[in-house]
Amino acid sequence: MCLGVPGKVVTCYDDHGVRMGKVDFAGVVKEVCLEYVPELQVGDYAIVHVGFAIQRLDEAAAQATLDTLRSLGMLDAIDSSAEAEVSDEISPRIS
Amino acid sequence: MKYLHEFRDPTLVAQLLHQIRQQTTRPWTLMEVCGGQTHSILRHGIDTLLPSEIRLIHGPGCPVCVTPVQLIDQALHLAAMPNVTLCTFGDMLRVPGSDADLFTLRANGADVRMVYSPLDALNLARRNPQREVVFFGVGFETTAPATALAVQLAARERRSNFSLLASHVLVPPALEALLQAPGCQVQAFLAAGHVCSVMGTTEYDAIAARNGVPIVVTGFEPVDLLEGIRRAVGQLEAGQARVENAYPRAVTNDGNPHAKAVLAEVFEVTDRPWRGIGLIPASGWQLRPKYHAFDAARKYPLGDISSREHPLCRSGEVLQGKLRPSDCPAFGRLCNPRSPLGATMVSSEGACAAYYHAGRFGQVHPNGESR
Ligand code: SF4
Repeated sequence: MCLGVPGKVVTCYDDHGVRMGKVDFAGVVKEVCLEYVPELQVGDYAIVHVGFAIQRLDEAAAQATLDTLRSLGMLDAIDSSAEAEVSDEISPRIS
Repeated sequence: MKYLHEFRDPTLVAQLLHQIRQQTTRPWTLMEVCGGQTHSILRHGIDTLLPSEIRLIHGPGCPVCVTPVQLIDQALHLAAMPNVTLCTFGDMLRVPGSDADLFTLRANGADVRMVYSPLDALNLARRNPQREVVFFGVGFETTAPATALAVQLAARERRSNFSLLASHVLVPPALEALLQAPGCQVQAFLAAGHVCSVMGTTEYDAIAARNGVPIVVTGFEPVDLLEGIRRAVGQLEAGQARVENAYPRAVTNDGNPHAKAVLAEVFEVTDRPWRGIGLIPASGWQLRPKYHAFDAARKYPLGDISSREHPLCRSGEVLQGKLRPSDCPAFGRLCNPRSPLGATMVSSEGACAAYYHAGRFGQVHPNGESR
């Protein structure tokens, strides 16, 4: 029920005094109420739930999350290659 | 789709799993609150990829599942009235009431409509002034703003043929209730991302502090879920208990001010019974007095409908994370999505349905194999 899908705003218009828009979900375009996220502009991404935009998808935050995770991975790769070196050094002594 | 596939990246998944393995030294029990997260976890097999020390138990975050059977019976009663068009979300149609479900009623000629948005129900009322349109609104804080706007617009238009049967419930009081319950095993929560998109994160600070549990606001894709788990385990291992936001692309501290303003204008907080769990104080929303004309429960004489659950169904324990769905004796045999005994087998967010669709008919071994 709390399924929220990111979609891209393609048009905005008014219906019965309510701000509405068409939102593209990977090719499927649906009518969505934009009343709760009035700052949404054409081209923005929004999280949509039961036909309502509930938040603007913060593209900078999305990128920052991915960048952080990837850089943690790089650190990790360095860590584990260091571990590998250490174990290489140790194993001959053990055997 | 942009902002979906990046968060399903197998390289990031593998790397997060590696980090979780490295930081885990002791057994920990985490609860993901939202049924959407439960389905994602089961579908992607995330529970089987985690180190054996980490146990995920599934929370009550399935609004369809926690809607009291009495309200389902009331909806059935309304739908059977000849002048009523009853609208609700698709998931509600197959939820068993005491004797029937809305789907069967519709097959027998009742005017029951599946809608995508509460505004679709309002549009039906606009187009059919001779029909009484009742919207059966269920959902958590994520969904309630949509219902609230439909009611507000109906009031603005003085639309007398539209009303609401409301079963909107709140997550934070349910978390408190779970933590207070005897035998609670939850050591950390993955909070439901989209609930927090609307409400923000601040309500959770006191719960984390008072109960000493980490609460990590988490998204729904595999990378989001693993990042939530990584951060929750990180806090547990470090002896911390605070609120973290692992879903910042959709959640801010303060949530959505416009949605919160309309919610506060239309609804007031009330005690609510949760199906299978019981009464939770201050855990639901009801219409404020100025909107009582739009309250279906006041508009139509619903009387005292006596309701009952199927005697074999143990969904109350499932909803509290006390029973794994596949450990219910009826699971898969007497109870399956085609003939469900309880709501948790029906909803696309119910834990029993998640287990069934993921083919989990036995217990999961620590090493991930099913038996
Ligand atoms: S498997 Fe069926 S009977 Fe058992 S708890 Fe789940 S819904 Fe109820």
